[in-house]
Amino acid sequence: MTSATFSIWRGAAGEGKFFKYTTEISEGMVVLDAVHKIQAEQANDMAVRWNCKAGKCGSCSAEINGIPRLMCMTRLNQLPLERPVTIEPMRSFPSIRDLVTDVSWNFRVKKQIKKFKPRPPDVADGSWRMQQEDVDRVQEFRKCIECFLCQDVCHVLREHHKHEEFIGPRFFVYVAALEMHPLDTENRVEELAKAKGIGYCNITKCCTKVCPESITITDNAIIPLKERVVDEFYDPIKRLFRAIRGQ
Amino acid sequence: MPEYQKFEHDVLVVGAGGAGLRAAIEASAGGVTVGLVCKSLLGKAHTVMAEGGIAAALGTVNSADNWKVHFADTMRGGQYVNNWRMAELHAKEAPTCVRELEAWGAVFDRTREGDILQRNFGGHRYPRLAHVGDRTGLEMIRTLQDHGIHQGIDVHMECTVLSLLKDGDRVVGAFGYDRQRGGFLLFEAKAIVLATGGVGRSYKITSNSWEYTGDGHALAYNAGADLMDMEFVQFHPTGMIWPPSVAGILVTEGVRGEGGVLRNSKSRRFMFDDIPEAYRHQTADNEEEGWRYCQGDKQARRPPELLTRDHVARCIVREIKEGRGSPHGGVFLDISWIKEKIPNAPEHIKKKLPSMYHQFKQLADVDITTTAMEVGPTMHYIMGGIRVHPETQMSTVTGLFAAGECGCGLHGANRLGGNSLSDLLVFGKRAGKFAAAFAKEHSAGTINTDQVDSIARSALEPFERGTRSTDAQGPYQIQHELQVKMQELVGIVRTEPEMLKALEEIGKFQKRMRSVAVQGNREYNSGWHTALDLPNLLTVSEAITRSALERRESRGGHFREDYPNKDKAFGEFNIIARRGPGGEMKVVRQNIPPLPAELKQIIEEQQK
Ligand code: SF4
Ligand code: SF4
Ligand code: FES
Repeated sequence: MTSATFSIWRGAAGEGKFFKYTTEISEGMVVLDAVHKIQAEQANDMAVRWNCKAGKCGSCSAEINGIPRLMCMTRLNQLPLERPVTIEPMRSFPSIRDLVTDVSWNFRVKKQIKKFKPRPPDVADGSWRMQQEDVDRVQEFRKCIECFLCQDVCHVLREHHKHEEFIGPRFFVYVAALEMHPLDTENRVEELAKAKGIGYCNITKCCTKVCPESITITDNAIIPLKERVVDEFYDPIKRLFRAIRGQ
Repeated sequence: MPEYQKFEHDVLVVGAGGAGLRAAIEASAGGVTVGLVCKSLLGKAHTVMAEGGIAAALGTVNSADNWKVHFADTMRGGQYVNNWRMAELHAKEAPTCVRELEAWGAVFDRTREGDILQRNFGGHRYPRLAHVGDRTGLEMIRTLQDHGIHQGIDVHMECTVLSLLKDGDRVVGAFGYDRQRGGFLLFEAKAIVLATGGVGRSYKITSNSWEYTGDGHALAYNAGADLMDMEFVQFHPTGMIWPPSVAGILVTEGVRGEGGVLRNSKSRRFMFDDIPEAYRHQTADNEEEGWRYCQGDKQARRPPELLTRDHVARCIVREIKEGRGSPHGGVFLDISWIKEKIPNAPEHIKKKLPSMYHQFKQLADVDITTTAMEVGPTMHYIMGGIRVHPETQMSTVTGLFAAGECGCGLHGANRLGGNSLSDLLVFGKRAGKFAAAFAKEHSAGTINTDQVDSIARSALEPFERGTRSTDAQGPYQIQHELQVKMQELVGIVRTEPEMLKALEEIGKFQKRMRSVAVQGNREYNSGWHTALDLPNLLTVSEAITRSALERRESRGGHFREDYPNKDKAFGEFNIIARRGPGGEMKVVRQNIPPLPAELKQIIEEQQK
């Protein structure tokens, strides 16, 4: 058995520091296994959020050697183990304790986005017909596991703290899934431009790089949404139209 | 006196997976106030792990399908100890529930005609599982979540219920704590729906996450409700076995539905060697026919890899025991072989089984498009649970309802794949509806504050012992040892002496649990939470063991080496675990009501 050292940020409400733990490691272990081992053997009260341990629930997000990743999908053999592996909580969200952050902002943001509104059913039995190629794109967006790693890495939130004016890449993906849903009849373009702050995104693609579900957030979701905003919202003729219709 | 925060809801739903969310939505639609307690964050419950699909006789792929066939399949899978009324309601109502999800934004894979695509699955006669690649559970929970947040439901995230509160015979509230701050919570409610899921954490190798510690089962049991069918535990035949840190993680049955085959170390498709009589006429007797079935040939019969889960799991155990296993102690599951049959097989596999592809690539360094996977059985699901009324989902305690995995009746001795997601929808909806109706008819009860104080005090005891006196016990250690014992003594293959040994061990754990000690603060203290989960794990482990001892036969998920055959006499009743007057666990037999003639006829017709 070999061992490895982990430097884990511990503390509460933003106050804390890194503690070093050395533990034995075995083949195939992921970072979350090491954290659990340390928790069971050396630090019973260490706070860490996880559920599925298979990259499907998006609970175990953290920053490993400075990179936002899922702890359960980061294998130790992909990390340099000569020096301590640093594990710290996501920095764009308030800390609760140790590796656990307060992500409740995300849940509040989602609630403010207009919900799905389908067109009337296509068939008398109340069902709809859609072709697979028309839902492929939406299905890509719906792979999102709400790990919020993209929110963590986006500089608009991380450095500029625009949480009140900018919904972040996760929710652009969410809005895109609704807007491109073949059955949806709602229009969210105006709010995207105003309250959701899509203009702040300067297409750095950092979000796309960290997405564990490999959703092409920027190219497939954000850019098409930006185009819609320009077309529909800033297009003078459509604006006139809106004014007449009283919207 | 410990302090607590107080909340009032007409209906309190405990658990926010598919069943809990569905129940909350329905209760809210019934015009009452609803509180929803989730042990984790919203949308993270184990439902996200479901891969294969939702079973519902929509008949979009094969129009011969209808509720009767689904009903008969479910009864046969459950070896006829199911609650037939639940099986009937489930088969009839599942299609509407799936359509409802679509109306709320779910995007299922499509047929060429643009309807919902359905796939084949073990034990289902026709392609019946509505699905989204191999991430159907995620689609379902996200759809319910995104719809649910607009229904005026109060969501309590990262909260755990420790005890139900009663006023006489009726449940009137619940007491718990919030994980983030460690504060206590008192919920007053006119009706409570338990939807807490399973008990996987009583076993060492399991596909379940840390949350599944039998909370709902134990809450109900402690409140005086009956637990039924607890001996029926489902070991999913294909879990990952290597590397050790991922052992237990599920490999979807969808792999076999898409043509994946099981082989032993001699490269033999051993599933052809043991096809049970009841399934023989529906099972392919050669490899070619099995493949055609997976390709959608309606004339072909299913390959034996798609037999029921209990049977496949036992065949795998046999291969391993008799020395024909894979290097790490499992068998091989191979989907890559389909390259012999179709062009660009690797792309096809990645499209059909994207999560599996990534799971193996990332966790095991195995490319499933070129290499066979190593798999073995993993504790996946418990058919048993809180005994409920088939229509209303009310338990044997007034005002207490249950739905989903923590409830029981639909699956009998063995659950068919895909019937779980539909179970969550159909009976979550029913539980929500009837809980709302109950809440409207009843006024609030009286909470006994002395009881509340004593629960709070005992929840804090592990901290007081935290100074580590010589006999203090760490919570993780006890939990781990229990898991090892249950795996070893009450696992896939059971015997009386081993189970008696298990009872003895459980008794010892119960004693040790009383000196469990934790350190640190109350905020997000996993050690403390593990200590608080222990009594539940022990209660369900005892119920599983006692019920399994009582069933002296083999049926479905329950296999006794000392009684290897099915015994007709045991098909006449269910086994119930209930708390005796002195606090001891009692096991009694409950006769199954006779099957109505018209349902009997359906079953007979389908057997042809
Ligand atoms: S592309 Fe836009 S949303 Fe994504 S990280 Fe960059 S600024 Fe943020
Ligand atoms: S879009 Fe990707 S990175 Fe962002 S929350 Fe979803 S899964 Fe995570
Ligand atoms: S624990 Fe679920 S994604 Fe890591």
